[in-house]
Amino acid sequence: MIKNGTRLASQVCDTQVIVVRSAESLDDLRCGGAPMVELGAERSGELDPAFADGSVMGKRYVDETGAEVLVTKAGAGTLAVGETALSLKEAKPLPASD
Amino acid sequence: MDTTESASVSISLLLEMATSNDPDRTAVVSGDVRLTTQQLSDLADGGAGLIARSQASQVAYIGIGGAMLPLLIFASARAGVAFTPINYRLSAEGIKTLIARLPDPLVVIDRRYLDELGGLDGLAGTAKQVVVSDEFLAQAGDAEPAAEFADPDSVGIVLFTSGTTSQPKAVELTHNNLTSYVTGTVEFGSAEPTDAALICVPPYHIAGVSAALSNLYAGRKMVYLPVFDPEEWVRLIDAEHVTSATVVPTMLDRIVTVLERGEHQLASLRNLAYGGSKVGLPLVRRALELLPGVGFVNAYGLTETSSTIAVLTPDDHREAHGASDPAVVRRLGSVGQPVPSIEVQIRDENGAVLGPGETGELFVRGEQVSGRYTGIGSVLDAEGWFPTKDIATLDEDGYLFVSGRSDDTIIRGGENIAPAELEDVLVEHPHVRHVAVVGVEDPQWGQAIVAVVVPAAGIDPDPEELREHVRKSLRGSRTPDRVVFRDELPTNATGKVLRREIVEDLRAAPAEQ
Repeated sequence: MIKNGTRLASQVCDTQVIVVRSAESLDDLRCGGAPMVELGAERSGELDPAFADGSVMGKRYVDETGAEVLVTKAGAGTLAVGETALSLKEAKPLPASD
Repeated sequence: MDTTESASVSISLLLEMATSNDPDRTAVVSGDVRLTTQQLSDLADGGAGLIARSQASQVAYIGIGGAMLPLLIFASARAGVAFTPINYRLSAEGIKTLIARLPDPLVVIDRRYLDELGGLDGLAGTAKQVVVSDEFLAQAGDAEPAAEFADPDSVGIVLFTSGTTSQPKAVELTHNNLTSYVTGTVEFGSAEPTDAALICVPPYHIAGVSAALSNLYAGRKMVYLPVFDPEEWVRLIDAEHVTSATVVPTMLDRIVTVLERGEHQLASLRNLAYGGSKVGLPLVRRALELLPGVGFVNAYGLTETSSTIAVLTPDDHREAHGASDPAVVRRLGSVGQPVPSIEVQIRDENGAVLGPGETGELFVRGEQVSGRYTGIGSVLDAEGWFPTKDIATLDEDGYLFVSGRSDDTIIRGGENIAPAELEDVLVEHPHVRHVAVVGVEDPQWGQAIVAVVVPAAGIDPDPEELREHVRKSLRGSRTPDRVVFRDELPTNATGKVLRREIVEDLRAAPAEQ
């Protein structure tokens, strides 16, 4: 299983994420239709138009098993586990306490 | 240079994200220094170069903070070494003792404290490498950058606890603890472009570190007031159109005194957070009434939990303040509900988990919780729970009430008494301004209860009347055996009452009624 805190990059767009809460499902984490790879790893392939809804900077995405990633760089691809798109996590904002 | 080529998370990522999102936004205002996110990032790169070339394995900072704090936090992170801000208020001996506990550090020091420590020669025996803050800042401006990323489980920040009850412990916060805290409690880029935070908490306190990280991540301008002064605090709120601020109880008390003169409205302020130690309810109520348009936030956290773990929100405050239901009114004295990324349990002394309304020790669990100390290791249990040593209760709706440190519990005639129980009652008496309740050795009871009271201005309270006031609210065994009066209570810079000093002072003074 991927470690919490791991940084991953899309092979086919600018998207980068960090793993906030890992789960087995993230072994098949994809962006833009292609598997996400560790930062700095070799990249290949092209953006699949069926997975091109984009990722939003600073937002958290979750799947139904509780896995969670945070977008640290936005891109054109859709984040997905297998062919199922992750959903945007709506968090109730906390008041500033720092 | 491309600083993103790394497979693991570092707190440096927070600065990277802020810079890529809005490079030209003003991020830091500190005296005459104003830095955009890009300028802060460039200085952190240069600073990382200086640190890397020093080959130090840790960076220590002795100074008042301001722009130096975010700069050194991120420069150290980018150089892949841990950073330790040290309490500059300690004696020269105290500072040297802490530095000696760090592995081969590069010491960055404000010039005024270098003089107090006997100059570079005075530090020579303690640290091999010392650089003055202004010189570090100037050199960071044109140093060759270096950026080497840390493993997420490596230590990003080491903070010494205040040591009010024992020797300071060195708390190790990993990059993962700190980034989990920030990304779990702050929505990225959520601040309005005109938002500004006024920061006056000390750099060596967890609140100082978390303020630098959280506000940068939220996209909120950070305005530093390194040396707190209530008049200057109020002036800066207006001058920089400050929208949020965090204060410790002693600061809130002094700000309220200025506001009660009625000259200031704090028109731009929307959000005022307080924490660091317990705040008396009369003070909270006065602040709520003086600033009806401000949202108050009570933040509770520990160094070991990378700052805030529970929050009493502005809505909670207003609801409790205006309520008639006693259970809701009582919440004004709670620290609110745990943040979503934190789990809490109250346990009895045998480790059994207690239900609502029952009092025991607070245990917490979450990615932001470290619970690890240099030389001691991790104190988390097998399931990852951290024993806070705070005595607490949860109510039916999940509001957390913290009644103090377990070390401060008074044992009188075999009965456990939390000082906060009596303090909460005494501080409501109109003749009482501040109060601390402590236990002193007693041949008959084991410990006797002494209430140390700072009277309200111009009042000479009757000790019997105060004892009677407590007896009416609490059981007889919880009535102070003695009430003594003082002009002030000894506190540290974050407003924490130094109970050990009070007890020593009482031991030295002859018994008085």
